[in-house]
Amino acid sequence: MTISVRFFASLRELVGSSEASLEPTDPLTVQQVWSNTCTIAMPDNTLCAINMEYVDLSQAVKDGDEVAFFPPVTGG
Amino acid sequence: MKWLFSHRLPVAEMTIDIRSEAFNPWTEIQSYQSAQLPAGKYGATASFIGTMRDFNEGDGVQAMTLEHYPGMTENYLTKICNEAMQRWDIIDCLIIHRVGKVEPNDPIVLTVVWSAHRGAAFDACRYLMEELKSRAPFWKKESLASGERWVEKNSPG
Repeated sequence: MTISVRFFASLRELVGSSEASLEPTDPLTVQQVWSNTCTIAMPDNTLCAINMEYVDLSQAVKDGDEVAFFPPVTGG
Repeated sequence: MKWLFSHRLPVAEMTIDIRSEAFNPWTEIQSYQSAQLPAGKYGATASFIGTMRDFNEGDGVQAMTLEHYPGMTENYLTKICNEAMQRWDIIDCLIIHRVGKVEPNDPIVLTVVWSAHRGAAFDACRYLMEELKSRAPFWKKESLASGERWVEKNSPG
């Protein structure tokens, strides 16, 4: 399956990339998507989304999903 | 039964607008209200305007760059407008939010709610702002005299 991964704001700078792609052969959770993509540990306050909806780190990903990681939001 | 329908409000509407250019919130309210609101049906307009300060966490701030997650941000703002419409009897709501570079005194966000009576407009406007601040995917990076830094958390309100 193919998973696209996106990083925003300070996490993009920390990871050093705005996007990545994974083609895992085994089922993965969002947490595992991070560890399969990044060489650094995930910051504690990281938020994540699948297909633009907030999810928990334990959520399983599916073929074609867009997984996003970002820091706490600061709009308004 | 006809009288029941003659006083019914139109179906609630909403507009979400992410802008990369500066906007004037006062003229936005005026033009939106003239173009979109049913004359005579609303009795309350509650608005919130968030403006860039030139200070944060004790430091002078020269400018800010706002980033969002295109698609998810719009989806999230639509979701909270729908929630507000479920919860309160409102007629219309408008959210405009800046992205890109902003400078002190520039408007960052405009939230407006129209309703027949003030309670729904006040409460829904506050709700939209608190939800936007706590969950809508926007991020701010500040430019200081000493360099740049990401804003790590929003003020409690």
